[in-house]
Amino acid sequence: MSKAVEELNRRMLRARDAIDRAYSHPLDIPNLAEIACVSEAHFIRTFRATFGETPHRYLQRRRVERAMFKLTETERSITDICLDVGFNSLGSFSRTFRDVVGVTPTEYRERAEVKAVPSCFTMAYMRPSSFGEARSSNGT
Amino acid sequence: MYTGINMSQIFVLDQDQAKDFYVNTLGLEVANDLDLGFMRWLTVCVPGQKGRDILLEKPGPPAMDAKTTETVRELVTKGATGFTLGLTTDNIQKTFETLKARSVEFTQEPTTHFYGTDIGIRDPFGNNIRIVQLAEVMGTPHLDPPAMIKS
Repeated sequence: MSKAVEELNRRMLRARDAIDRAYSHPLDIPNLAEIACVSEAHFIRTFRATFGETPHRYLQRRRVERAMFKLTETERSITDICLDVGFNSLGSFSRTFRDVVGVTPTEYRERAEVKAVPSCFTMAYMRPSSFGEARSSNGT
Repeated sequence: MYTGINMSQIFVLDQDQAKDFYVNTLGLEVANDLDLGFMRWLTVCVPGQKGRDILLEKPGPPAMDAKTTETVRELVTKGATGFTLGLTTDNIQKTFETLKARSVEFTQEPTTHFYGTDIGIRDPFGNNIRIVQLAEVMGTPHLDPPAMIKS
């Protein structure tokens, strides 16, 4: 691999970290492109080539992962959690959550068991693997 | 059977840059920096804790072929090396401010959890480092969170 590719990977990682940090904010492609030192036109395509999914989808999985955590670890209302993790409407939150996890936020909360692990691990390992696929792998 | 952990390892892409970061920026100290001829044996440790060293290893031939080296370097730069290193501190806020003043890249600013307050940073290559100030319960740090929850 060329030095240029390594440097590009590293810059894209810097942008991905920014998405993880600011998950409750709307995706700011101009800002992310600036962090990664690529043009706005190239950012989404380059992100996908580097990490295997679009930044939008990466953010949605991050938000759903945070929502899964809050549903089981806190007693906040589903509406509050929806807003906490960056969704503007309960409709889009519930739909995205269901698309990714396979069950509604309410059902997820009812089924959940408490998992006492550091949140950096839940961020990495509880993050749902993908849209749709999670449903079949859960057998639901 | 075992008495401790004396060595762990992190892949770095440039050992001069790694030494500068892990020592001057992160605040560890050099435990060993030896030219073995076939490799540069560069290890760092928490100041005063020599004997629990971290090897800053540069991937490359002859230990691995060119294609494998490329793959390892790609994984590091994509941040795919997992939980690389965990450090403890007695003052997370001060550590955060010190590292912030040194322009460290944060993956997470101070966040409080049941086990303590932690931050996440990247080394210059993409490795993930976590630093925690462990919460104290009855005067003992939470070394075994699941056991703590059960009790």
